Amino acid sequence: MEKKSMKGWLYLLPALIIITVFTLYPLIRAFSMSIMLDYDMIHNTFTGYGLENYQKVLSDKSFHKALGNTTIYAVVVVPCSIILSLLIAAMINGTKKTKGLFQTIYFLPYVTSVIAIGIVWSWIYNSRYGLLNSIISFFGFDPIEWLNKPKYALPALIIFAVWKSMAFNIMVFLAGLQTIPKEIYDAAKVDSTPRWRVFLRITVPGIAPMIVYSYIMGIISAFKVYNEVYSLYGGKAGPADSAITVVYYIWKKFYQSFKYGEAAAAAVILFFIILAFTMVQKLVRKFLSR
Amino acid sequence: MKSTKVSNLVLDILKFTILILGAIITMMPFVWMILSSLKTSSEITAIPPTFFPKDPQWSNYQEAWSRAPFLRYFVNTVIVAVGSTFGVLITTVLSAFAFSRLNFPGKKLIFSLLMATLMIPGEMLVITNYITVYNMKLEIGETRIMGIDSYGALIIPWIASVFYIYLLTQFFMQVPDAIYLAAKVDKCSDWKFMWKIMLPMNKQAVVTIGILNFISSWNAFMWPLLVTNDPNMRVLSNGLTQFQSEAGSDYQLIMAASCILVMPIIIIYLFLRKYIIEGVTRSGLKG
Repeated sequence: MEKKSMKGWLYLLPALIIITVFTLYPLIRAFSMSIMLDYDMIHNTFTGYGLENYQKVLSDKSFHKALGNTTIYAVVVVPCSIILSLLIAAMINGTKKTKGLFQTIYFLPYVTSVIAIGIVWSWIYNSRYGLLNSIISFFGFDPIEWLNKPKYALPALIIFAVWKSMAFNIMVFLAGLQTIPKEIYDAAKVDSTPRWRVFLRITVPGIAPMIVYSYIMGIISAFKVYNEVYSLYGGKAGPADSAITVVYYIWKKFYQSFKYGEAAAAAVILFFIILAFTMVQKLVRKFLSR
Repeated sequence: MKSTKVSNLVLDILKFTILILGAIITMMPFVWMILSSLKTSSEITAIPPTFFPKDPQWSNYQEAWSRAPFLRYFVNTVIVAVGSTFGVLITTVLSAFAFSRLNFPGKKLIFSLLMATLMIPGEMLVITNYITVYNMKLEIGETRIMGIDSYGALIIPWIASVFYIYLLTQFFMQVPDAIYLAAKVDKCSDWKFMWKIMLPMNKQAVVTIGILNFISSWNAFMWPLLVTNDPNMRVLSNGLTQFQSEAGSDYQLIMAASCILVMPIIIIYLFLRKYIIEGVTRSGLKG
């Protein structure tokens, strides 16, 4: 490496300008906006400073609902997706000729537009003409009003979300499985250890760091769910806001009720929640890599 | 010994059954979308639904195309995706080169600062970025460069990505110093070295970043929805949700419109899946 000069800064300049204007500045702005009272975006006026925006958000039933739904995500969607993905990944890893084909198919939901596929799912869930209800009635059950009843709105979202999130998890696990030395499996084969035991004793511990990583990433993305909800319920957060999420809450406050200060306060709360989970992830990672 | 062989065979059959079943469930929404897009309006509301359309209605695409300006949406989406990808590649290559090869004061500090920004959820910045763009009105003649309803607003916030900078820096670091020093001896300038040697040597990584960025820009929804009011400035994803609310129960048309948004990406994916899968797993493992 050559001696220090300012040239490096010149190379960084384009990226730094964009990141400063569209990442750092809006972050600071969100913090300052969250303590401005009655902030009016169009005239850039406010009546004073205070923590009322936070009080309002934290006591808002809708916000509690959003946190509750995220918790359901964290304890239902993410674990379900991880367990299924782990099984599928281990099975794909055990195939030879068809490995590439399965990989290609299972990864497809990751690259395609959540909006378009969410709309397709809403069509599948359609209570009168939907594919799912006709399968259900084929087996002699009553059709379900998937998207119109609050009781079923969240299960509908959960099914869609598990389907969607498996693609990424399968890929991460498949890559993780490559890092387990083949010799260990060969040794197990010599001992003719049953496969389920190999799976529980070798495979699972072998990719434990990936499982933890996927779990925390899954929780973080649960707070950010927006496109899924928007497309599934046609621009609403489910019947009577029953499927609202934290990012959807911010969006609603900002774009529909024009409570800019409260939207910013909720955004700052989101920032700290995600910061906390990221810290946990870093700690766990450190612990596991020791 | 024999019994384990038999049970292994049973397990293999079970394994493939589950894998194929899972593959069908994964593919189902895509298949159903395509099949539904080719049905007549009476087929689409048949109870129980028919699986294959009797006589594929390709005219559904024409009708969707004519009911809403999908051509315009399509062109906008291409402009935004290509523009932001082009921008991202330039800023990423420049920054990754600076971090991997150049020595400058404050390098470590600025690198850790940038890495820290990865923890900021982009979704929280959307609202304040909207205010920034709202207040930035820049017009040259008749064309709006920046501000609400401009290509600038759709593209410029997305032409730098800390994550891609990090990824490419890792790749650039793997290029041996000896090559750099040899080029220095030959009086090759840094600028020339970057474009003529560094870039071709890491072609695969650069292509991967380009594809991943193109896909995420193509699929973007919330930001373009915020910064466009004029229907002529909408991208496909916003046009689609708008169309969904207008088309009522013409599901065959809504499915045709969804295909317009999804199919280009599926085609790109089928041809370039190696790059995409490689890029995503790499980012997944690094965290």
